Amino acid sequence: MDMDTADMTDTVNLREELEAVGIEEILTQLDRELIGLVPVKTRIREIASLLLIERIRKRLNLTSEVPTLHMSFTGNPGTGKTTVALRIASILHRLGFVRRGQVVSVTRDELVGQYIGHTAPKTKEVLKKAMGGVLFIDEAYYLHRPDNERDYGQEAIEILLQVMESQREDLVVILAGYGDRMDKFFASNPGFRSRIAHHIDFPDYSEPELLAIAELMLRDMNYKFSADAREAFIRYIALRKTQPLFSNARSIRNALDRMRLRQANRLVADLDRVLTADDIMSLEASDVLASRVFLRERSTAGSA
Amino acid sequence: MRITQGCFSFLPDLTDEQISRQVQYCLENGWAVNIEFTDDPHPRNNFWEMWGLPMFDLRDAAGVMMELNQCRKAYGNSYIRLSAFDSSHGWESVRLSFIVNRPKEEPGFHLERHEVAGRNIRYTTKSYAADRPEGRRYG
Repeated sequence: MDMDTADMTDTVNLREELEAVGIEEILTQLDRELIGLVPVKTRIREIASLLLIERIRKRLNLTSEVPTLHMSFTGNPGTGKTTVALRIASILHRLGFVRRGQVVSVTRDELVGQYIGHTAPKTKEVLKKAMGGVLFIDEAYYLHRPDNERDYGQEAIEILLQVMESQREDLVVILAGYGDRMDKFFASNPGFRSRIAHHIDFPDYSEPELLAIAELMLRDMNYKFSADAREAFIRYIALRKTQPLFSNARSIRNALDRMRLRQANRLVADLDRVLTADDIMSLEASDVLASRVFLRERSTAGSA
Repeated sequence: MRITQGCFSFLPDLTDEQISRQVQYCLENGWAVNIEFTDDPHPRNNFWEMWGLPMFDLRDAAGVMMELNQCRKAYGNSYIRLSAFDSSHGWESVRLSFIVNRPKEEPGFHLERHEVAGRNIRYTTKSYAADRPEGRRYG
């Protein structure tokens, strides 16, 4: 995989190239561990292929330009933007487009200062830490406050833009945020839009996908649903989705945490019982049904 | 006269790529790199001006090079050095320090012989550059 050792013949074995960098492994891991998100995965595959070809072209001296790799991830809360950013970093690292592969995740607080002269050093410090890796700016639209023209966010934006342009080979910037607000952000900062090569939109999860996510999370934590609990959870998802502030996988994770709490409480309530490993691992229907989400269903059913 | 202080000073000036590799070596050892500059080349001048804060938690030399280039833009005709600080227990001191930028002309030092009691002589070195006030020493 070393550039120097590769012979400079005109033939290239793609399979060998692919295996040498080991991104296939990351891509299959991405497929396995991230449920749904088909458009995102397709897009990442495309980017990975492009970068692989670009790498070969570079070695054959067909190109010397560093491709623009800055990305924007838009999507509702809990759709996996941060997780995908971590994966992208390791793909870019394996292909040699970033040197170190670390991800520095920041929000407005870490970039924008509180008084005049505070912002530039703060932004630069973050940029320096992210050099050689990926800078992930979560909820990037907060950088721009249209209601306050003296807001220091603009200063941070200018420094970011400058470094994004002049040090493309040192750093990849990923902006993330909710779709509609990011659109507004890009509209008011056209410089950003043009400097970002890949706009990736994260769709919401469907109900079966959410269930699959829940089961994957439980498996990682060594828990499982009993058959009844699984049925109850399917109903839970359908109800929770209609309620406000639903944030996809994050809501599911929180729900599971609360169910674990209830399960523990239920087990502790009966101290004389002898538990098997299976008892400790299973979540029962009662743990799911105690959720507040079902309260509304019961009250509407009662009033009808 | 070319001054020789710190590491590599008997070698030809390091290129940016060489500097960058040295910095990367420091970062991989977990040392924090600091940029300092001065226009007083006297070897006993321990206190150089700091260019910003020492850079902790960096992973890649590009960040240091970015600062160095900005420092060069502002103080291109002064001495600039990088020092790497090891914070680990037992060391807690500078592990490596080298000059990365020097003025175009270095006028060198004047040796002053101070005749004291008896036939004793005390020696003083004085930079010709330091004759002029701070900030105007290298044109």
